[in-house]
Amino acid sequence: MTEPRSRGGWGKRLAPYLLSLPAGLWLLLLFIVPLGAMLVMSLETCSPATGACVMTWHWGELPSVVSLYRAQFLTSFYFAAAATLADLVISFPIAYWIAFHGGRRKNFFLLMLLVPFFVSFIIRTIVWEFVLSNNGVVLHTLKNFHLLPHGFHVLGTGFAVVAGLAYNYLPFTALPLYVALERIDYRILEAAYDLYATRRAGFLRVILPLTVPGIFAAFLLTFIPAFGDYVNQEILGGTANTMVGTVVQNQFLVNLDYAGGASLSAVLLAISLVGIFLYARLLGSRTIEQYL
Amino acid sequence: MSVLGDPQASTATVQAAPPSAHKRRRHWGRAVLPTYSWLVIAYLVFPIAIMIMYSFNKVVGGQPLVSFSWNGFTTEWYQKWSSVPGLTSAFWLSIRLAVVATIVATILGTLLAVALVRYHPPRFRGKTVVEQVLFLNIAAPEIVMGASLLGLFVTLNINRGFLTLVLAHVMFSIAYVTVTVRARMAGFDRALEEAAYDLGATPLVTFMRVTLPLIMPGVLAGALMAFALSIDDFVTSNFLSGTSVPFPVWVYGATRVGIPPQVFVFGAAIFTVGIGFAVLSIVISKKKV
Repeated sequence: MTEPRSRGGWGKRLAPYLLSLPAGLWLLLLFIVPLGAMLVMSLETCSPATGACVMTWHWGELPSVVSLYRAQFLTSFYFAAAATLADLVISFPIAYWIAFHGGRRKNFFLLMLLVPFFVSFIIRTIVWEFVLSNNGVVLHTLKNFHLLPHGFHVLGTGFAVVAGLAYNYLPFTALPLYVALERIDYRILEAAYDLYATRRAGFLRVILPLTVPGIFAAFLLTFIPAFGDYVNQEILGGTANTMVGTVVQNQFLVNLDYAGGASLSAVLLAISLVGIFLYARLLGSRTIEQYL
Repeated sequence: MSVLGDPQASTATVQAAPPSAHKRRRHWGRAVLPTYSWLVIAYLVFPIAIMIMYSFNKVVGGQPLVSFSWNGFTTEWYQKWSSVPGLTSAFWLSIRLAVVATIVATILGTLLAVALVRYHPPRFRGKTVVEQVLFLNIAAPEIVMGASLLGLFVTLNINRGFLTLVLAHVMFSIAYVTVTVRARMAGFDRALEEAAYDLGATPLVTFMRVTLPLIMPGVLAGALMAFALSIDDFVTSNFLSGTSVPFPVWVYGATRVGIPPQVFVFGAAIFTVGIGFAVLSIVISKKKV
């Protein structure tokens, strides 16, 4: 692409920068600078009495934060991992079906995949509380027909949290998988069958390898938000099994311990950055755009 | 094409597949997969049906709060949709917030998308940095972005309220707008702009009367995305709301004391309007093509 000959000199030369300046400035001041400030704050020590913070370069605080909230980090990890895995398993077949057998109704099915997003995140989670509650329509009915023992309950357990997370983030998994599957050239598959590949081999050696980037994108877009989530745990999980997001929220909004909250967030960010950098290295940061 | 393993395999021409393989494919595709897929769709729709159902649930006892048990059908909550003062004002605040954030984010995101589509490294230094920031913005955990913004506002002594909410909502929407507009700008014919220039149009006139109308479908899609992100946002808003409480934050607060049935009425209304817009945009995009 060659640019048109110098038309207007300076203005033309500055055009790319002028066009990206407002958005760039906005992101610099309200995204990059706060993240940097948070990293700085995580190395400070604040006095709980006055709220004044002093830079103490407390690198040692970051590992100690992890060991202090080890239980919450592990809970977040297990819940997010379980929900992500469940989402991958649940959505792969339907993404496959829409991609290869959706026909003219593809748009309709895609809309159906996105349908949870048309209800507020908070309301969706509350509705799961209704669905899973002991007196709610589902469990109550099942118990009336003696399909479940009367003491059976789901609400307040880790299972309820994972179920809520899996439901809330399912579209983030299903869409990247669909995009990756949809792009597969069907002729490659036919070539494999022509060469007497079994259906199993066709799936394992053609389809699956070609969907790996989509699986990675799905993992990134599901696991990271699920890991930082605390709404599902607070509404569906009761008082046990606190996730790390709850601690961050309480540090900032209840205890007003900004340095403590910042250290925790810094660790949370560092964990996410591992996945983010790995993705950018292996697949390139721009590829994520295809999966949104 | 390394997935094919044998390099010679890829040179084989496409012939009729063994019929048995095809038959088994069809069979599988016809019976098990569709059933499974419809079950997943039912699973995705089910909670929404429950929400709409509970918006018609009668309340027994004193306070008008939704109960887990089914007490009978009523349209009372639709008639009294605005009788919970905090909820109604939170809803309108969310709408105003989403409108303002969408307008700002759409303008900034579109300008950035134009820059990214049009200019490349020798003329646009730092383009890769901008792209990486966009990626980071999309992938970073929201709780960290919200918490860090709160830290910044506290440090700078900025009171939390409508303004801080707008600042934050624009921040997390720009990247999505840019990505959406950029994707729809692929295949844009620059000759049309050249023609406008050659006919003496200034850059501004060219942009407003040639470029913008052409990229409008992408801009609208980006705006819808920004609106949806803003009106549904809880995590960031919860950190930054202060005294002006948007709808999701109000509902979250209400979970501790009990939820008025009107919450589900609003939920059902937002769902209906959202689905309406989605269907409309599908229909429009089909007509354009």
